[in-house]
Amino acid sequence: MASISVEHLTKRYPSGTLALSDVNLDVAEGEFVAVVGPSGCGKSTLMRIMAGLDTPTDGRIDTMAAASDAASTLPSAVVFQEQSLFPWMRVAQNVAFAFDSLGLPKAEVDRRVAKELALVGLTDFAHAYPHELSGGMKQRAAVARAFAVDPPVLYMDEPFGALDEQTRVGLANELMSLWDRTRKTVVFITHGIEEAVTLADRVIVLSAHPGTVKAIIPIEFPRPRDAVSLRGDPKFGEYVVRIWELLR
Amino acid sequence: MTRGERAVAIAAPISIVLLWQLAVSTRFLNPGLFPPPSEIAANFIAYASSGELATNTAWTLGRLVVGCLIGGIPGTLIGLAMGMNRWVRAYFQPVVALLYPIPKIAILPLLYFIFGTGEQAKWAAVAVGVFFLMVINTEAGVRQIDPIYLDVARAYRIRPMSFYFRVLLPGALPNIYAGIKLSIGIAIVLAVASEFQLTRVGLGFAIFNAQQLLDVDRLYAALVAVSLLGCILTYGLDLTERWAIPWRRARK
Repeated sequence: MASISVEHLTKRYPSGTLALSDVNLDVAEGEFVAVVGPSGCGKSTLMRIMAGLDTPTDGRIDTMAAASDAASTLPSAVVFQEQSLFPWMRVAQNVAFAFDSLGLPKAEVDRRVAKELALVGLTDFAHAYPHELSGGMKQRAAVARAFAVDPPVLYMDEPFGALDEQTRVGLANELMSLWDRTRKTVVFITHGIEEAVTLADRVIVLSAHPGTVKAIIPIEFPRPRDAVSLRGDPKFGEYVVRIWELLR
Repeated sequence: MTRGERAVAIAAPISIVLLWQLAVSTRFLNPGLFPPPSEIAANFIAYASSGELATNTAWTLGRLVVGCLIGGIPGTLIGLAMGMNRWVRAYFQPVVALLYPIPKIAILPLLYFIFGTGEQAKWAAVAVGVFFLMVINTEAGVRQIDPIYLDVARAYRIRPMSFYFRVLLPGALPNIYAGIKLSIGIAIVLAVASEFQLTRVGLGFAIFNAQQLLDVDRLYAALVAVSLLGCILTYGLDLTERWAIPWRRARK
C-alpha cells in the first residue's frame, strides 16, 4: 500500500509548450482517484510522470510505500490506453512477462498468472494470441497483467477509452470488484466523466493550457458500487453535470 | 492465396514456356541461342542425372548458406543495437551509408586478394552483401515498433536481455524476414559471381565454363538450376515465416 504526493509539478516540452503547471495532488493509501480533463490538458502526461515514464521539468512526486516485501513486487504497474499486449506473446506469457525483473520461481509466477486470468475470466484464452481476443478481452488481460504483480500503486491511462459503452460499463464493474479485493492505490486517467464518477473516490478535474488542477470532487457513493444501478441515482447526474460545468 | 490466384501463379510460367516453344518453332527466335524449352528440359534432366548438376548445386548452396550466416547474424545484431541506441546508430549510420552503395561484385577481386583462392573469399562475398541488407532492415524493423511496447517494457522494468530478445527482436521480426528474403536474392547473385573464378565447382563455375566451351545446353541447365534453387529458397522462407511469426496471420 502506498500514498502519493505530487507537489508543484510542472512539465514544459522542449518545444516550449507548457503541458502541466504547478500541479498539486495527494492520493491517499488505498484511494481510487480519477483524473478528467479536456483533451490536451496533460492528464496522460501527468500519469506518465507519476509512473516514471516521463520526467518533470520541475516539482516532485513522493510515493510513501510500506517497505514490506519490496523485492517481490514492482512499485507500480500501468494499464495503457491502446492495445498494449505484445502481439508475439500468448495471453499467459504477456501476463507472466510482468514478473520479468522480480526473479520469482517459475511455479510461483505460473500460479499467480493463472489466478489473475481466472479472476478476469480469461482462463480459456491463456494460450491465445492477443489478435484472437476482442477489444474488451485484451484490456481485461492488460488489467490482469497489472494486478498479477500485486503492486501497491496502479496507474491506468484511459484503459477502456477505445471500447464501446456496454463493454466499458462491464469492465468498470470487473475493475471495481478486483480493486475491492486488493484496495490498491489507483490513479485512473479518463475522458469519460460518467466513468470517473462511477469508479472514483475523488475526481480530479484538470483545466487545459496549461494543465492544472481546477477542482477536486469527492464522490460519496458507498461501496461496493454497481456501474449500472449507480446511473439511476439522482446524485450521479448531479456529479456528472457539476463536472461538465467545470470543464466548459 | 485464393484458388484462383494459385491457378494464375501456376499458369504464368507454363504460358511463358509455351510462348517460347512457339517462338522457336516458328523461327522467331534463333534455336542456337534460345533452344526450345523441351530441349532445355531434356538437357537439364540429362545433366541432373549425371550427378554433375547436383554436385555443383550443393557447392553453391553451401557457400550461400555459410555466407548468409556469417553476414546475417552480426548484421541482425548490429541492426538491433542501432535501432535501440541512438549512439550506436550515430556511429554506424554513416559507415553503412558509405559502404552499402559499393557494388559487391566490384569488391570480389579485393576479396580474392585478402582471402586467397579458398572458400573464405566466396563466403565473404556473400556475407558482405547479406550483412548490409540485414543491418538496414533490422534497424528499420526496430524503429517501426509501436512506442507503446517500449512504454510497457519500461513500466514493468523489463531486464535488458529480455527487452532485447523478447521485445525488440520479435517486434522487428517482420522486417527481419523481409531482409532475409532480399538477402537470399543478393546472396545467389554473389555466390554465383564468386564462382566465375578460382574454383572448379559450383553453378557459377558451370555457367562460366559452359561459356568458354560454347556449350549453350550446359549453360541453360546451370541457369535452370540457379532459378530453381532461388525459387525453392524463397518459397521455403515463406513457409517458415508463417511458423516463425504466427501472430501475423490475423492481419492478412
